[in-house]
Amino acid sequence: MNHWLIAPIVLPLLAGAVLTLVEGRAPRLARWVSLLATLGFLAVAARLVGLAASGEVSVYLLGNWQPPFGIVLALDRLSALMLLLTGAVALAALIHALGGWDRRGAHFHALFQYQLMGLAGAFLTADLFNLFVFFEVLLAASYGLLLHGAGPERLRASFHYVVLNLTASALFLIGVSLLYGLAGTLNLADLAVKLARLPAGDAGLAQVAGVLLLVVFGLKAAILPLHLWLPGTYAAAPAPVAALFAIMTKVGIYAIARVFTLVFGAGEGAAAQVLLPAGLATLAAASLGALAAGSLRVLAGWLVVASAGTLLAALGLAGAASLGAALYYLIHSTLIAAALFLLAEAIGRQRGAAGDALAPGPALARPALLGALFFAAAAAAGGLPPLAGFVGKLAILDSALGTPAWPWLFGVVLVSGLLVLVALSRAGSLLFWKSEGSASGAAVPAGEWLPVAALLAAGFATVLFAGPVLGYARAAAGQLVERGGYVESVLGARPVEREPAR
Amino acid sequence: MSLELLLALGIGLLAAAGIYLLLRPRTFDTVLGLSLLSYAVNLFIFAMGRLRVGAPPIAAGGAPPTLATVADPLPQALVLTAIVISFGMTALLLVIALRGRHESGTDQVDGRDDGRGSGA
Repeated sequence: MNHWLIAPIVLPLLAGAVLTLVEGRAPRLARWVSLLATLGFLAVAARLVGLAASGEVSVYLLGNWQPPFGIVLALDRLSALMLLLTGAVALAALIHALGGWDRRGAHFHALFQYQLMGLAGAFLTADLFNLFVFFEVLLAASYGLLLHGAGPERLRASFHYVVLNLTASALFLIGVSLLYGLAGTLNLADLAVKLARLPAGDAGLAQVAGVLLLVVFGLKAAILPLHLWLPGTYAAAPAPVAALFAIMTKVGIYAIARVFTLVFGAGEGAAAQVLLPAGLATLAAASLGALAAGSLRVLAGWLVVASAGTLLAALGLAGAASLGAALYYLIHSTLIAAALFLLAEAIGRQRGAAGDALAPGPALARPALLGALFFAAAAAAGGLPPLAGFVGKLAILDSALGTPAWPWLFGVVLVSGLLVLVALSRAGSLLFWKSEGSASGAAVPAGEWLPVAALLAAGFATVLFAGPVLGYARAAAGQLVERGGYVESVLGARPVEREPAR
Repeated sequence: MSLELLLALGIGLLAAAGIYLLLRPRTFDTVLGLSLLSYAVNLFIFAMGRLRVGAPPIAAGGAPPTLATVADPLPQALVLTAIVISFGMTALLLVIALRGRHESGTDQVDGRDDGRGSGA
């Protein structure tokens, strides 16, 4: 067994425990602990990507139980990719938070680390109930982070967010226990084997469980009609938290990709038929929402919904090629969404009372720096040709050619891309050109623009190294769709034999 | 009345009451609704391990370890986990609801007083 596998869960857990004790008494020390832990998380994630790149599925048996009886962690290319992405977004969000957000309320850093722990656990676990538990861990931490700094608007948004997610948790439990009642197992690999051998009379119930799980993951991923909570909630969240939340919708996408390929088989079952239409509808609604957005943060929130829609539509195509393209697009869209949330905060602070509202306001003191960053982010988010958004969308569209749904996919993706571009240009011209009154003169601290620049640079790096990145994404998709390797590695893992204690 | 029917009716009743309360516009009703819904879910998880009366949750010596002789212990563990999580979440939700009531002056879920008072 490779003990590196559990490091992304244990490291934030320990750091969070230390931070809970330290944060109130030594805030400076707490910042260092949190920063080092997040750097460590990123390093471990990079190590795990190296491990997974060979194509081998590593398995970690918690408590050294024989699978499928105990809880199993499994690392394949997809899990490792999601971990690395989480680490990158988390580091940028944390550096931004060190500029002052972390001092506006208690226990920011501890909650931040617990959130990382929940995310890592959700990406690594190979057990359905354990996935539920890690969802709850990351949600519990996100409730705390969302409330950070409080205020009536944030409280209202938090209440809605918590109630929605608790209701979704109830549905999740019903779906999980239905599957357990049918198959007698919760291990994802074992479920894949057992569900395929289910008697015909029980197949309908398994489909019901699948649809329930789709609703739950769809709420996390903000899929139409379960998307309405997202723009308001993300706009109400503190900027670094909103940036970290950019990865939270991708947890929903990840769970859909995992459960509806590994457990149910790619493109099979009632739930899989819904993915493509739901994704396209989400994308269309999100691009209209982006046009109507009243502030840059709400606009960024709608872009998160749009990327979820694109990804879901690509998952609905159910081929390894479209899945690979979707994973490539996922990396880029997460990085850019996080950058936009951080940028909205920096722009909003410069405009004083006008904030990031898309209305004429005071001129910015640093239009060149922020304008350049905004232009880069908007070009990337809109999917203009040389950038990764374009490459990702092109790869998705290319993989759709020849499937019956291609005219729909082309139409919705291209038109919504245009609408998003219009929305972003409108936002840019209102924020940077239509100014009233003089600049407030406030400088932009390096802690505010550096993480944005780093996220954008990482986004551009995915184009510069499009060959290897796309190759990795395609290999990850191939591994996910093929599923035999995952099932064999998980079910074939044996506990470590030990000498009996004397 | 059989045990299965009784339990199914109980779960259905709890879930129906929970969903009704969840859709009400007051924070306290919503919290109560979520609690009832979680009771329904917990009973459902328990029922998914099959209903057995008077069976031990561990295989006794000699008896074959099938669901005919032992009660499935796993759903019991799952229920315990679900109870702990929903208990913690309910406490958190109550704090948010109380704080919201304090800051906005109303217990309406959108924070806007609709003039009907909390007893409506």
